[in-house]
Amino acid sequence: MSAGGYMHRPNRPLMVYAIGYLAFLYMPILLLPLFSFNDAIYIAFPLKAFTTQWYQQMFANDAMHAALMNSVQVGVSASVLATILGIFGAKAVTRFRIKGVKPVLGVVMLPLVIPPIIMGVALLILLSQMGIPLSLITVTVGHVLICVPFSIVTLMASFEGFDKSMEEAAADLGDNAWWIFWRVTFPMVFPGILASLLLCFTISFDEFIMAFFLAGTDPTLPIFIYGQLRFPQKLPGVLALGTCIVAVTFTVVFLAQWLRGRGPTAPKTEGN
Amino acid sequence: MSSDDSFLNIEQVTKRFGAVVAVDRVNIAIRTGEFFSLLGPSGCGKTTLLRMLAGFETPDEGEVYIDGVPMSGVSPHVRPTNMVFQSYAIFPHLNVERNVAYGLRKEKLSKQEEAKRVDEALEMVKLGGYGKRKSNELSGGQRQRIALARALIRRPKVLLLDEPLGALDKKLRTDMQIELRQLQQSLGITFVFVTHDQEEAMTLSDRIAVMAQGKALQVASPKDIYNRPTSMTVADFIGQMNFIEASVGQVADGVAALEAKGLGRMKAHINGTAVTTGAHMIAALRPEKLSLTDSEPNGGGNVVKGRIEAAAYLGDRSHFHVRVDGLDQPLAVAAPDLPFVGDGAKQEGRPVWLTWADDSVILLDKDTR
Ligand SMILES: Nc1ncnc2c1ncn2[C@@H]1O[C@H](COP(=O)(O)OP(=O)(O)OP(=O)(O)O)[C@@H](O)[C@H]1O
Ligand SMILES: [Mg+2]
Repeated sequence: MSAGGYMHRPNRPLMVYAIGYLAFLYMPILLLPLFSFNDAIYIAFPLKAFTTQWYQQMFANDAMHAALMNSVQVGVSASVLATILGIFGAKAVTRFRIKGVKPVLGVVMLPLVIPPIIMGVALLILLSQMGIPLSLITVTVGHVLICVPFSIVTLMASFEGFDKSMEEAAADLGDNAWWIFWRVTFPMVFPGILASLLLCFTISFDEFIMAFFLAGTDPTLPIFIYGQLRFPQKLPGVLALGTCIVAVTFTVVFLAQWLRGRGPTAPKTEGN
Repeated sequence: MSSDDSFLNIEQVTKRFGAVVAVDRVNIAIRTGEFFSLLGPSGCGKTTLLRMLAGFETPDEGEVYIDGVPMSGVSPHVRPTNMVFQSYAIFPHLNVERNVAYGLRKEKLSKQEEAKRVDEALEMVKLGGYGKRKSNELSGGQRQRIALARALIRRPKVLLLDEPLGALDKKLRTDMQIELRQLQQSLGITFVFVTHDQEEAMTLSDRIAVMAQGKALQVASPKDIYNRPTSMTVADFIGQMNFIEASVGQVADGVAALEAKGLGRMKAHINGTAVTTGAHMIAALRPEKLSLTDSEPNGGGNVVKGRIEAAAYLGDRSHFHVRVDGLDQPLAVAAPDLPFVGDGAKQEGRPVWLTWADDSVILLDKDTR
């Protein structure tokens, strides 16, 4: 056979496109580590000497640490809360015959299409009307709001991917709702839960607009970085931080992929 | 509550899904230790009825009693029933042993006791030594057995099975039928078995409920279902049947004189059917109850002349379609090996005579179909 049939024939234009696309996607990111080790304040070629001073500066920058910790705290809380709500939502939508679940789902999904700036302003007005002071908690609330739809969509796929007679079998074998969740549902949708946590954390971690409106005196990392951009001499430090974040992100994503490969395999329902 | 030895009572049970009446005022009394089948075409409500026994659906009307206890409000996890699902529902994240032991959580057994129970259950379904297998390393037949072991380890009073053999190939299916029947006999547990395969239901069951469009049309032993169907639908669903329009003449001593279309005067045992003189009914005859000869029989009895329209030689028996003047449909006839069939001679158009006994005619009301 000549190179495995129609679908497998090499396609030169497609390959060029793919390489171009990947370059466009990753070149800017590769510039981050490059300039983060460059001994110059201005981001421009040609490169000067190699240095690690920006990293030293970054580690010494307490304000940056605080912002990073704020973001991690908000990201973890928001992703955990959104995923818990997402589990309930996805289970309700996929498992129960509830009247009017479609319109309710539509409302829950709205943050997917409403611009965050509008949501941010709306929440700000609401909170100030209610007299609630702005803080990391309000940012977390805002992030939960935008993360829940993503969590539901991710988890709905997991719930739909397994036969609901699994849960019925567990009930039939003597388990009440709690036990069914722990012994069957949770392990079966675990990859989905993990995916939802990662996705929500990422969304929260780099969310700027809502955080900009809802953060009080404690900035999250994106807000902090935005503030730093006004001072040219601070920029290389930001590059160093960016490099660290990219490295951590890659590690986490690879780890997640690896975990997924090892997780419980998708249920086969057909005979044989 | 009905008869004394009944153990599982379904009384006036109705279930609707929107406008669809999935189960329609069903009354069935199932006995202890009985192998009971729900038989009917696709969509007739078998699964829905079974799920109401397990507690996954709630009847809109009526009540299910198990051992005299009304089941409404009793959730699946506390009912004395266990189910073998059509898809088997083997937990993919657990190995065979963990799957089988799943239902033992509340018994709080020691490790050894639990292992012993699991081994027993696996032995019972002839899968001893498979405990450490992963659940995705099993064939269809093995999955079916695991599902069975997992349900039986709880020692239920009633085992519910929803087309458990549907996904298996013919050979395996026949083997499993025999095993299932042996298992049921040795355990003495009441089995409620759902199938749309009439042969399977006949082979396995002590009694069968034939269902159509949500109704239980007839509840009886396989023999009675076959020989004494009470409606055209049941007669048609179980095996083949010739239906001939007939008007009823004299009725005396449990025998009705009929004037059947195309077949002329004949007699039929009425067997408790409500029959009145002058009524228009259906005379039903099984293909194998008609005997076929190629020469005119002497002596009296029921006889009619016809011509062979189609013939199929199957070795141990032959199937014919026989055209009889005055009948719209040819009569289906199943005859044992006959001297003149199967040697290549042309059968079509051959004149033949059909005879039958009085007591092989079944009188039925006309179904409004
Ligand atoms: N959850 C449901 N929602 C709506 N309609 C349903 C539901 N379950 C069953 N039905 C309807 O009820 C009727 C009976 O369905 P059921 O599954 O009991 O049939 P069945 O006899 O088991 O058929 P099959 O042999 O195809 O499995 C069908 O018309 C079906 O469409
Ligand atoms: Mg069914």
